Amino acid sequence: MSAAEKITALPDRVGAATLNGVAYVGELARLTGESAYATFVGPFRGQPLRLRRALHQAMAVGVAAIPIVSLITFFVGLIMALQSAYELRRLGAIQFVADAVAISIIRELGPLITAIIVIGRSGSAFAAEIGTMKVTEEVDALETMALRPVAFLMAPKFLAMLVMAPCLTIWADFMGVMGGCVFGVTGASFTFISYLRATRDALVIGDITTGLVKSALFAVVITAVGCREGFSTGAGAEEVGRSTTMAVVRSIFLVIAVDLVFTALFYLTNRG
Amino acid sequence: MGTSKLAGEGPVISVVDLHVSYGEREVLHGISFDVVRGETLVILGGSGSGKSTLLRTLMGLEKPSGGEVWIKGVNVAQASESELDKIRKKMGVSFQGGALFGSMTVGENVALPLTEHTSLEDSTIEIMVRIKLEQVGLASFEDYMPSELSGGMKKRAAVARALAMDPDLLLFDEPSAGLDPIIAAGIDELILELKKAYSMSMVVVTHELVSAFLIADRLLLIDRGNIIAIGNKEEVKASTNPRVRQFLDRVPEPQVEDELNYLQMLTRNIKART
Repeated sequence: MSAAEKITALPDRVGAATLNGVAYVGELARLTGESAYATFVGPFRGQPLRLRRALHQAMAVGVAAIPIVSLITFFVGLIMALQSAYELRRLGAIQFVADAVAISIIRELGPLITAIIVIGRSGSAFAAEIGTMKVTEEVDALETMALRPVAFLMAPKFLAMLVMAPCLTIWADFMGVMGGCVFGVTGASFTFISYLRATRDALVIGDITTGLVKSALFAVVITAVGCREGFSTGAGAEEVGRSTTMAVVRSIFLVIAVDLVFTALFYLTNRG
Repeated sequence: MGTSKLAGEGPVISVVDLHVSYGEREVLHGISFDVVRGETLVILGGSGSGKSTLLRTLMGLEKPSGGEVWIKGVNVAQASESELDKIRKKMGVSFQGGALFGSMTVGENVALPLTEHTSLEDSTIEIMVRIKLEQVGLASFEDYMPSELSGGMKKRAAVARALAMDPDLLLFDEPSAGLDPIIAAGIDELILELKKAYSMSMVVVTHELVSAFLIADRLLLIDRGNIIAIGNKEEVKASTNPRVRQFLDRVPEPQVEDELNYLQMLTRNIKART
């Protein structure tokens, strides 16, 4: 290929990559729309909601994740306290360590760390579960039984994630603050009560709601990507592995991208 | 077409000039045949002949690129989702590997179509599940997980699930693939029993000659996406088509036509060293 051909081929490649990206997001939107329909509209039109399956998913996605979420966000809260104390001490403002931890955890790190843990535990599991069902023709079997694979497999996961991700985030926020509190009590001149009071004073209700709105959005992204990768699994066991990897990589990227967009949006709308 | 294809008369399945493609590659090149009510049609063919694609098209899992597939008077290729659902509820499918849901017990697998599509009481469903499992020789296995069953038992359980909605059309994908001869013979026996007990129409895809001639009312041989023989056992056995003879007499594919071609094949794309 000559240099000229390479130059003219470049717009083609950029265009194709862009279109693929847009098509991918479109596919996620279609799956999410179908799940949302099955969850919020279908039950009023005589279709079953499959609450038992959603409950089962909620246990796996939410309740079983509590120990690891607690431990990691506790550590992250402690790390945030140590890191900010480092700078704050030089300014003689060590009493602001509670504010620094509260705002960084509740606005940003609580939802984000929770999302990353949920991707690792559940997003990958969605892709692997649906991918395996695809390989063993179970997804085909559902269709031949006149059952919609998306409504049957994805909708319960969607509902469970939509409820459990914000719940986990609230718990993660609490554990992060507790981590910061350990430093506040031992390394700065706080008592347990005064640390919590300082945390409360540092926050406005908007900090908490933006964090929870974000975590609900992350839940939608993780479910859609995990299930999309599962449904697009080809034939063979190695394809399931590929789907699982893609689900984790793409979910992490999209969660961070959604995080950036919404953080920017919150920033711009609250500037004035 | 329309009028002659109302439910209750005419063939159960009518395939007219069916073409199916995967992307650019056409797998089925214009196939036409009928399945008469109550008969068992066996679709025979080698690996890659297109027989599985044909079956998947009958299930509505593949969209044809041309032609028509009429099932009980509805053109599956153009049917709406709700029309397709109506057909599928009365169509039982047994997949090659069973395709039982691994997260449910055998009983729950058989019960699934009933709990999803009917408003029957749980106790009624439980009794129906036991009847279906008893029919396929798996009585008292309803609390087992699919992973605890052997290959033959999985296929029997899959048949029980296919029978759950009392279908009038049953589709089998490779019922004896991957089973030892004794277990495979048992599955053939089961198909014959079902044929006797219900007046269902059945389409069976297989590459097992013995089993095909045992269970078939009519046979359809498919090769490289074309029908090469169709008819009852005697007609197919008497066929003089060389590909049919090759398949029935189990003659291997000639490896290389002649030595010159062979040498060309080996040296293709290799440049002589100068």
